[in-house]
Amino acid sequence: MYDFSPLIDSLSAWLNQTFSPFWAGFISMVLLGVALLAFYAVLGLYLVYAERKICARMQNRLGPNRVGPGGLFQTIADLIKLLMKELIYIRNADNLLFNIAPFIVIVASIMAIGSIPFAKGLQAIDLNIGVLYILAISSMGVIGVLIAGWASNSKYSVIGAMRSGAQVISYELSVGLALLCIIAYAGSMQLSEIIASQQDGWWIFKGHIPAWIAFVIYLIAGTAETNRGPFDLAEAESELTAGFHTEYSGIKFAFFFLAEYMNMFIIAAIATTLFLGGWLPFHIWHFDAFNRIMDYIPPVIWFFAKTAFVIYLMMWFKWTFPRLRIDQLLALEWKYLLPINLMNLIVIAFLILMQWHF
Amino acid sequence: MALLTTIKEVGNYFREIYQGVASLVNGMKVTGKYFVKPSTIVTQKYPENRATLKMFDNFKGELILIHDENNHHRCNVCNTCARKCPNGSIEVIARKVVGPDGRTKKVLDKYIYHLDTCTFCGLCVPACDENALKFDNTFEHAVFDKTKLVKTLNHPGSSKIETPE
Repeated sequence: MYDFSPLIDSLSAWLNQTFSPFWAGFISMVLLGVALLAFYAVLGLYLVYAERKICARMQNRLGPNRVGPGGLFQTIADLIKLLMKELIYIRNADNLLFNIAPFIVIVASIMAIGSIPFAKGLQAIDLNIGVLYILAISSMGVIGVLIAGWASNSKYSVIGAMRSGAQVISYELSVGLALLCIIAYAGSMQLSEIIASQQDGWWIFKGHIPAWIAFVIYLIAGTAETNRGPFDLAEAESELTAGFHTEYSGIKFAFFFLAEYMNMFIIAAIATTLFLGGWLPFHIWHFDAFNRIMDYIPPVIWFFAKTAFVIYLMMWFKWTFPRLRIDQLLALEWKYLLPINLMNLIVIAFLILMQWHF
Repeated sequence: MALLTTIKEVGNYFREIYQGVASLVNGMKVTGKYFVKPSTIVTQKYPENRATLKMFDNFKGELILIHDENNHHRCNVCNTCARKCPNGSIEVIARKVVGPDGRTKKVLDKYIYHLDTCTFCGLCVPACDENALKFDNTFEHAVFDKTKLVKTLNHPGSSKIETPE
């Protein structure tokens, strides 16, 4: 019912008629870039706002409530403040790398957003290896973190960056394996195909208990991969001031900050797409009237509601659990998550072999 | 024997996972409860609620000399509070009056309290043998003129309460 592909197709047809192929491609790329960047900035700001509100409620506080109704414009005011702050140049820092690092982090997350399906047809690129692409691109962000830590010429930064490196390299495995479970179920790496395979039920319902285990492991490892929650060793403020971005100021600091929140959004969006049916509405078997009502809610709203739910879960983790030590962090990954994940994958392979899934 | 220990270790491994997850869920229950219950919020929107704001009993706002409804206080000018005060924020000034029996007697003339140097340690209140002093829980003491922070605590025309000797 809500299919965006005719709209997109007619737009690109019009562009191709009016302009030469080069300029049509160029204009569509610019339009797409502007749309994604605007989306990125606005969503990032409001994720920060949501985090502050949720954290406040969990700590029995009110949270931001002065700027705008309910503090809605607080993060915009913060952004303006950050834009006007001085960029401090560090003596003896590696200037080139120091300036490049925030851009690497932010480019990695913008590129990952490009292949997320928001609704049917509302997807910048539908790669046939979409999951692999997102995993590869989003793990590029850690290179930016490492460079930032190294180039800052500060002990705090380099310790934070090294921790982040160890952490992301370990937890990447769990993220990949947990997603592999769903790829095995769906039989495809293309994000639109994976969503199409959930037309008759989301994988978290169709996939029996192994899908639940994969979902929980994905949530834990995904939280760790974004350097958030109980796994924020890279920026542990009580130990390392601000970790890898200690020496950054002004808008460069804001880039790191924004990228952290957008990485959280990307992790949640992938969880939504693979486990919770993406933009598909919630259906209950044989409840036809109920299903028809659910169909009327636009897919974009479904997508964002599910993503918001996963983001809320991640914020819930962050504001409940204390930070792990580095040895506990690595023990959790290598002794618990990875073996369970491998066993889980074997069980899923067996289920698929016996055709026991729906 | 070796098999038994292995089985035990494997059991321990899964028990640890179970206990870990259970304790995490317990913690999340606490924060989840706070999240859904707005009544647990302890912070207040201060300037908006100043009309209804009720300060806590143990909040030390400023020192007051207790007066009863007949404008009597209980200060007998012993000066203990002024000597106890670490900052010298209290000055007790006495004046001599001649009583009906012809004996001169020291009575309170001015009880001067410097709010600007007071650290609200509260040592003066238990020091008073007559229980004449109290910390009130008023707030908003900021002023633009420093001289307004020097207060005379005895009300005009007040006198010491008559106690049977």
